[in-house]
Amino acid sequence: MSLLELDDLSVTYRIASGEVPAVRGVSLTLDSGAALGVAGESGSGKSTLAMALLRLLPRDARVGGRILLDGEDVITMKWGRMRAVRWAEASIVFQGAQHGLNPVRRIGDQIAEPLLVHGLAKPDAARRRVAELLDQVGLPAWRARSYPHELSGGQRQRVMIAMALGCKPRLIIADEPTTALDVMVQAQVLTLIKELVAEQGISLIMISHDLSVLSDVCDRLAVMYAGRLVEHGPSAEVFHDARHPYSRALAAAFPTVGDPVSRLAPKGLGGDPPDPMRLPGGCSFHPRCPVALDECATLDVELWPAGEHHSAACVHVKEREGAQ
Amino acid sequence: MTETQAAAEAVSTARPSLLEARDLHVEFASRGRRARAVDGVNLAIGEGEIVALVGESGCGKTTLARTLLGLERPTSGEVRYDGAALDYGSRALKAYRRQVQLVLQDPTGSLNPRHTVYEAVAEGPRIHGLPDEREVVTEALSRAGLRPPDRFFLRYPHELSGGQRQRVVIAGALALNPKVLVADEPVASLDASVRGEILALLLRLREELGLSALVVTHDLGLAWNIADRVAVMYLGRIVESGPVEQVLTAPRHPYTQALMSVLPESPERVVLTGEPPDPTRIPGGCRFHARCQVLASGKAAEAGVDGKCRSELLDVLPAVPGAQAACHYAEVAG
Ligand SMILES: Nc1ncnc2c1ncn2[C@@H]1O[C@H](COP(=O)(O)OP(=O)(O)O)[C@@H](O)[C@H]1O
Ligand SMILES: Nc1ncnc2c1ncn2[C@@H]1O[C@H](COP(=O)(O)OP(=O)(O)O)[C@@H](O)[C@H]1O
Ligand code: SF4
Ligand code: SF4
Ligand SMILES: [Mg+2]
Ligand SMILES: [Mg+2]
Repeated sequence: MSLLELDDLSVTYRIASGEVPAVRGVSLTLDSGAALGVAGESGSGKSTLAMALLRLLPRDARVGGRILLDGEDVITMKWGRMRAVRWAEASIVFQGAQHGLNPVRRIGDQIAEPLLVHGLAKPDAARRRVAELLDQVGLPAWRARSYPHELSGGQRQRVMIAMALGCKPRLIIADEPTTALDVMVQAQVLTLIKELVAEQGISLIMISHDLSVLSDVCDRLAVMYAGRLVEHGPSAEVFHDARHPYSRALAAAFPTVGDPVSRLAPKGLGGDPPDPMRLPGGCSFHPRCPVALDECATLDVELWPAGEHHSAACVHVKEREGAQ
Repeated sequence: MTETQAAAEAVSTARPSLLEARDLHVEFASRGRRARAVDGVNLAIGEGEIVALVGESGCGKTTLARTLLGLERPTSGEVRYDGAALDYGSRALKAYRRQVQLVLQDPTGSLNPRHTVYEAVAEGPRIHGLPDEREVVTEALSRAGLRPPDRFFLRYPHELSGGQRQRVVIAGALALNPKVLVADEPVASLDASVRGEILALLLRLREELGLSALVVTHDLGLAWNIADRVAVMYLGRIVESGPVEQVLTAPRHPYTQALMSVLPESPERVVLTGEPPDPTRIPGGCRFHARCQVLASGKAAEAGVDGKCRSELLDVLPAVPGAQAACHYAEVAG
């Protein structure tokens, strides 16, 4: 059975000037032990999607559709149950670890807190568990007595991961866990995440705008544009042989060093992401699409099959697959 | 091969050097100790040349860039521009800063939220008392790809996308008609899709205006995308430098090799352990030896250089265009 199932998930923020449709009808499933990457530009709805999964959205957000975590519907779940789920089943590691930690509390206390609050451990056992967790993320046990400012950015990100692991969750959601980090530290953190997924059988949803990083860690990739899923498929395929023009542009943005095609030829994507309150009609990507057809301005796009376990929301895919 | 590539390769050999660091040292006092942030650097940037300066955080890239801009005084050594040592008198420095312009990372932080695009770009020309301000601003915006320029005049930073803000910052630099741009992590905070656009803009400016650029980054893909030459910095020194094609396809310094190996899709990963370098405690011998995978694996010992690695200082690399690496092992292993 799949661990997580999203069925036509939508999230709309209500603000003074109107409604912001941030996530628009996303359906996907995540198998137990699998790693899914969610890619897209800023504003495409990635964080909103992640927060919806654990009901961490602000109160002015309206959520539609279904989110099944282990068969239970998160949207209708009682609060008490939700709180338990948040620790025991799914944890989130946010972007910019610097902000996720309390600057005036020792990190050991911060890691131990959820264990104590949820009655999962007595103080002594919690201390041992903290040492164990620090060890799992590659930090020495004495670091428990440090304050956040005494750690480097990479070490703080490790602490965040230790906190997320605290109650042995089955799913970890990592929202841009390495975006602000240096190459080498990024590699250290990614290696750690990969090991955790492989060794502890934890499922992972990782969010980033860097397809190369995602395809390195995840089995499958989902690409979002303006709140919609525009492509979904096996990582290597989406990264190297994307079927949606937007995924292709994202993939080309990070060149492979040594590839003569990208040498002195950076590839970008013109135009700006759409304002969610003024979405273009038809395919939302059409004003920026290098291969748009006339019909794209009015056509209703949906995810069409684009190979085995692979789909893309582009008329070119529809026509090619349809013709076969 | 595209025209840009052919043009770039034709000029990449033996350009006269325009901006140069000679045996540059920059030290800071740090909790009672000396932080040797830049610890002996020779680097020359030729006319119309784009040089990428890469390395982990804390290795001294920004300090070197700021010193080249005259914003930081060297403890010893000198910065040379157009054949003469930099004059730190306030008038001379002001004139110099017109020629060599800084493009800051994080466009959000470097733009005043209460200034319109027009005011932001006009600021430099006003300070330098340039005539025809409106024309200068129009041209700079247009060159930076904000067209039609007058549509952007009255906009505020919060009304622009991240990519547009970075273009405004670049336009501000271009308004002074500089010869060299020094860009510190110009695309680090930008989205993947915008990144390529901004990099293409830097290449086009080189082509159209003959601009030189020093691009500071920890992103090797960026160097591959736009630079002619690359200099790899570790703990205040350049440890490897040379043409991008050579250094990034056949790196010789173990540090460069490690940086390359953690790129997604590289076959064998060398994830260096440990803390970012601390410039108050630069190790003796080769400054990289405590983290060096070639030394740790015993390969340096096999080649008989392990003793040197731990105790023998390496010479500072000269500012030459060809490929070179400061490593005892690379010297014997070729
Ligand atoms: N609390 C909020 N109120 C109103 N709009 C919001 C809020 N949070 C996010 N948005 C909007 O929702 C859209 C998606 O944002 P987000 O999920 O943060 O995207 P991403 O993580 O992909 O950058 C954006 O247009 C953003 O401006
Ligand atoms: N003004 C300063 N005072 C003290 N130390 C500094 C100062 N500026 C930089 N440093 C130190 O010098 C080293 C190099 O920093 P920096 O040039 O910013 O490196 P990079 O840009 O490669 O990350 C770091 O250890 C940093 O802490
Ligand atoms: S449907 Fe049309 S506009 Fe949309 S991505 Fe495909 S070709 Fe481009
Ligand atoms: S000199 Fe020795 S320690 Fe330094 S990089 Fe070369 S092999 Fe490694
Ligand atoms: Mg986000
Ligand atoms: Mg820096």
